[in-house]
Amino acid sequence: MSTIAQKKGFGAVLWDYLTTVDHKKIAHLYLIAGGLFFIMGGIEAVLIRIQLAVPNNDFVSAGAFNEIITMHGTTMIFLAAMPLLFAFMNAVMPLQIGARDVAFPFVNALGFWLFFFGGLFLNLSWFLGGAPDAGWTSYASLSLHSKGHGIDFYVLGLQIAGLGTLIGGINFLVTIINMRAPGMTYMRMPLFTWTTFVASAMILFAFPPLTVGLTLMMFDRLFGANFFDVTMGGNTIIWEHLFWVFGHPEVYILILPAFGIFSEIFSTFSRKRLFGYSSMVFATVLIGFLGFMVWAHHMFTTGLGPVANAIFAVATMAIGVPTGIKIFNWLFTMWGGSVKFTTPMYYAFAFIPSFVMGGVTGVMVATAAADYQYHDTYFVVAHFHYVIVGGVVLALLAGTHYWWPKMFGTMLNETLGKITFWLFFIGFHLTFFIQHFLGLWGMPRRVFTFLPGQGLDAGNLISSVGAAFMSAGVMILLINIVVTQVKNVKVGNDPWGDGRTLEWAIASPPPYYNFKQLPLVRGLDAYWLEKMEGKKGMTPAEPIGDIHMPNSSFIPFMITLGLFIAAFGAMYHVNDKPWAIPLLIFGLAVTFGSMLVRSFKDDHGYHIHKEELTQDEKGAKA
Amino acid sequence: MQAEEKLTYETWPAAPERATLEAKNKFLGFWLFLGGETVLFSSLFATYLALKDKVPDTSQPLAKDLFELPLTLVATMLLLTSSLTSVYAMYHMKNFAFKKMMLWLGVTVLLGLGFLGLEVYEFNMYVHEGHKFTSSAFGSAFYSLVGFHGAHVTFGLGWILALMIRNYKRGLNLYNAPKFYVASLYWHFIDVVWVFIFTVVYLMGMVG
Repeated sequence: MSTIAQKKGFGAVLWDYLTTVDHKKIAHLYLIAGGLFFIMGGIEAVLIRIQLAVPNNDFVSAGAFNEIITMHGTTMIFLAAMPLLFAFMNAVMPLQIGARDVAFPFVNALGFWLFFFGGLFLNLSWFLGGAPDAGWTSYASLSLHSKGHGIDFYVLGLQIAGLGTLIGGINFLVTIINMRAPGMTYMRMPLFTWTTFVASAMILFAFPPLTVGLTLMMFDRLFGANFFDVTMGGNTIIWEHLFWVFGHPEVYILILPAFGIFSEIFSTFSRKRLFGYSSMVFATVLIGFLGFMVWAHHMFTTGLGPVANAIFAVATMAIGVPTGIKIFNWLFTMWGGSVKFTTPMYYAFAFIPSFVMGGVTGVMVATAAADYQYHDTYFVVAHFHYVIVGGVVLALLAGTHYWWPKMFGTMLNETLGKITFWLFFIGFHLTFFIQHFLGLWGMPRRVFTFLPGQGLDAGNLISSVGAAFMSAGVMILLINIVVTQVKNVKVGNDPWGDGRTLEWAIASPPPYYNFKQLPLVRGLDAYWLEKMEGKKGMTPAEPIGDIHMPNSSFIPFMITLGLFIAAFGAMYHVNDKPWAIPLLIFGLAVTFGSMLVRSFKDDHGYHIHKEELTQDEKGAKA
Repeated sequence: MQAEEKLTYETWPAAPERATLEAKNKFLGFWLFLGGETVLFSSLFATYLALKDKVPDTSQPLAKDLFELPLTLVATMLLLTSSLTSVYAMYHMKNFAFKKMMLWLGVTVLLGLGFLGLEVYEFNMYVHEGHKFTSSAFGSAFYSLVGFHGAHVTFGLGWILALMIRNYKRGLNLYNAPKFYVASLYWHFIDVVWVFIFTVVYLMGMVG
């Protein structure tokens, strides 16, 4: 496909991506958009660390600092980590189960555009009167009184983006249940597919409470409702519950796919079957289940009472058990394996001690009585950065190196990759390790500055230096990407040489129909199994025949554009602008009108004929 | 089986809503979506229960002052009956009886409209008694929960009508059969939610 893309002009390529329903191209879109938001969130992080590098600093004002920390957290969770994971899920999961596309290609495109426009809306706040400033948790008692439109941008932007995530989750679930290749039983699915499956199920049940919470906040701020206003009978704790009923599962929605990425990498580069595969699956499902039982551990100091605190504390600690199972399985996968230290393996290796540290402090903050000391200090900041950066971000960087050849057909430079790793890894521990102690020494979270002579100076400076290292690492990665794509040295099906799962059995990047013939899966690590028996590729499960493909469509873009316009109408309605309500109605009309067009216009897709497929092969050989 | 195939009564499959891969995906995907909707309404129910009768001062009406059981009972009966008529419609869909299916879908839409009319009348009545969306947390929670349901009913009516208009001339095939089926699933779901609203909001509201 890429050779065809090169012949096309820029406009044609742009139109292709605006209308694409191909999961591989949508993966590119998620990777690019998520990567841009990751850089924005990273710049915000650097601004935070510059402000806190020395005491009494006035690099940014207190108000701007609040906006920066809010946008850093919100951007990194919703607009960077989730979409980047979705990029890999889209790029790899359908290939791993031997499918030609996801179950709902149209919905897949719609999900991307909803995320993208939601993120765009949120970030436009910087230019339209100020960003949200009540923290990424946006507790109602604070956010209801926030001046300007910052919180409105947060509420409406996340509402749009969250809708995209929800339908993306449903799409992945149906794909995995209905579209597996012949012989791909549940217990032969690669771990990344399993974690995608469980994370998608969690998305399905975790995002609706967020939708409701954001809706109530929108009603309160924009339409005069009183859900959180105590003087009118409201209750501000409802927001905390709704937010964390979503928010805690969200953490596992992020970390489970990360576990999946590392599971693939450990077994590939140990050149050994994943140790305890079935216990890994069991642990994944158990974490997914327990993830819904622990939300109130974020609210120990809210005053729910000792009984509730005790129950949630015990449930939280229970999650340590399946997580421990996973850690030992990864260690035993490497044990006795023939380990090859590639860049992805560096990340996987470093992930284990880093994540275990985050897990240990997790058990510490789960102890309800002790949490009264840790709550709202830098100790908590250190804890969640150890699990999110030490777990999710390391997995994203590892996955980028690991699957880059499959997504783009080129191999990232290994030397630059290892430099990126060392800079990022050292920078990460330098930044966040000391924050545990800053917290224990009494530095509260979310303060914009601190006084000299309180024993916090050196620790904060060290932390800021670490941020510089991480930034340098990300820059080297960007250089690596540019250099690799300019050189454009194409690689074969299995560039690592040790691929075990189905995605390595087809070309890099795969043809737009993925598999010419659906593969017959004979066991776990289907491709490895065939290789070990001396075969070159998979045994086909069907004769060459016509392949049914979905049509491209511009409607997903239009549906989203309508919501984007409507959000402005809803927001400026409080300023008594005469055009606000008409704009809201117009936007919704565009959305529902586009849906109606989609419903009325039959879309049967098209067929690639047998003859074209065989010609393709001849052309490739010539 | 292909979605484009022309079928007759004899060749019509037993489960047309799951006969093609697209249909199977749609069927499963919609059930999963309803799972998410269940959590959505659960959150709204929880919010309502937490804020029931939470008003700023004693001049505001409470649940026991507002609700009138005869009115909501009629509304409930209309909606429950519409669920039954949509079952009839799907029965005829499975028997490839397009005209009968359209007839029963038409009855379903009329009953749904009746329900919606009663809801508008009811809301109007409450507003005149001082129970407004903006007047108290109770009001906000009540109109959000019941209004979300009402919005679902409205969307469902628009959806069924759109399907009826689009397919009026061409009859049943394996492309539109799952669409009708999924719309009727949605309609059942709305009905189930109403059963809970009737219990939690109205019946529990009457006893204080």
